Amino acid sequence: MMPLYGLVLAGGVSRRMGTDKAALDYHGLPQLQAAFDEMVPLVEKCFVSVRPDQAAEPLRAGFPQIVDAVEIDGPAAGLLSAHRAFPGVAWLVLACDLPLLDRGTLKNLIVERDGQSVAVAYRSEHDGLPEPLCAIWEPEALDRLAHQVETGRLCPRSLLINSPTKLLEPHVRGALDNINTPQDREDAVRRLDDQTGGTMISVRLEYFAQLRELAGMREQVIETESATAGPLYEELRRTYAFPFEASRLRVAINGDFAPWTQALKDGDHIVFIPPVTGG
Amino acid sequence: MASAPVDLNMLREDLHLAEAGGFCTFEGWVRNRNEGRPVDGLEYESYEALAQLEGERIVAEALERFEISQAVAMHRTGSLKVGDVAVWIGVSAPHRDAAFRACRYIIDEIKHRVPVWKKEHYLDGDAEWVACHHCQTAPRASESGGHDHDHGHCGHHHH
Repeated sequence: MMPLYGLVLAGGVSRRMGTDKAALDYHGLPQLQAAFDEMVPLVEKCFVSVRPDQAAEPLRAGFPQIVDAVEIDGPAAGLLSAHRAFPGVAWLVLACDLPLLDRGTLKNLIVERDGQSVAVAYRSEHDGLPEPLCAIWEPEALDRLAHQVETGRLCPRSLLINSPTKLLEPHVRGALDNINTPQDREDAVRRLDDQTGGTMISVRLEYFAQLRELAGMREQVIETESATAGPLYEELRRTYAFPFEASRLRVAINGDFAPWTQALKDGDHIVFIPPVTGG
Repeated sequence: MASAPVDLNMLREDLHLAEAGGFCTFEGWVRNRNEGRPVDGLEYESYEALAQLEGERIVAEALERFEISQAVAMHRTGSLKVGDVAVWIGVSAPHRDAAFRACRYIIDEIKHRVPVWKKEHYLDGDAEWVACHHCQTAPRASESGGHDHDHGHCGHHHH
């Protein structure tokens, strides 16, 4: 596979926030620094994407930069400028307005790279479409984006929708909620302060057959930040050494079979159903 | 779903309708060997509420798909000995072909879809949960759309 570089997008105008989103402090340092620090251990080289007029700003000047060399509006400018600078690498792209992002969500993108899909991205919890700004873009996806932009369509999301993108289910609830307004920011700060009231939910698990024996109980109530049943099962599988791959199971939520994509809610009753052997 | 033996004549009575020209039944029994190992008995565990719901869906599908008069299905849970009736399907119909086919449909779907698990107790004192023989990789529920399980849990029928 192609080498993986990191690109933290900090070229936004922050119009709705009214103040520079990259400078906001959620974790004791500017969010741009926090995002950059998360990326560095995961990639070979890491850069911050900036507009030409931002390059000398104190907050941005200290980072390795890729200055926009493509004269269009929006995040496609940053993506295409990075691709132009290093055409032979894939980019782990991260917007700097995702303070709720956890390391597992980011790492999972890398784990899911398969050498075939042109991009790896999460499905939005809000509209089910790919999230382009916490994603891996292979060179082919960026070539395609360049072509799309030539036809006047600047939206990176449309490109992912119309390309063979590997679409992942949300890993952690709310991890990709982006922060655009002062109201969003207040919510995010509250959720970061109060993990149990924000991203964590409580669910009731019931176990049957082998899973019951391995867990050593019939029922338990647990706190989880998993957004869907898949990552929840992986948590439990690590804890109890369940032998089954999730692909061999079905899941029932609140008394009936449910799709693995169904969003979990506080208070849900969840049963993982191993391969059945009745009759 | 039944946690104790059921009077099979009672089940049969529900099928005995004036319009029916006959009925067809399948009884699944506990066998004394499996995969070469002598079996002493077995235990069935179910997720009872969902097993009941899914079983009712299967019977409703059979009534919809085949020209039959009535269908009944019973599955045991708990401890069973060799020779015990583990599952019982009965279908009555005006004509026999539909009864045979519906009966086969119901037992096949039960085996693939109803959340029941079998633990075998062997004569040597060992006990094991039976692995799902008919599937290596099951489609995830997301791919079959939740309620539409035409191909069952395991993607194909194994008999």
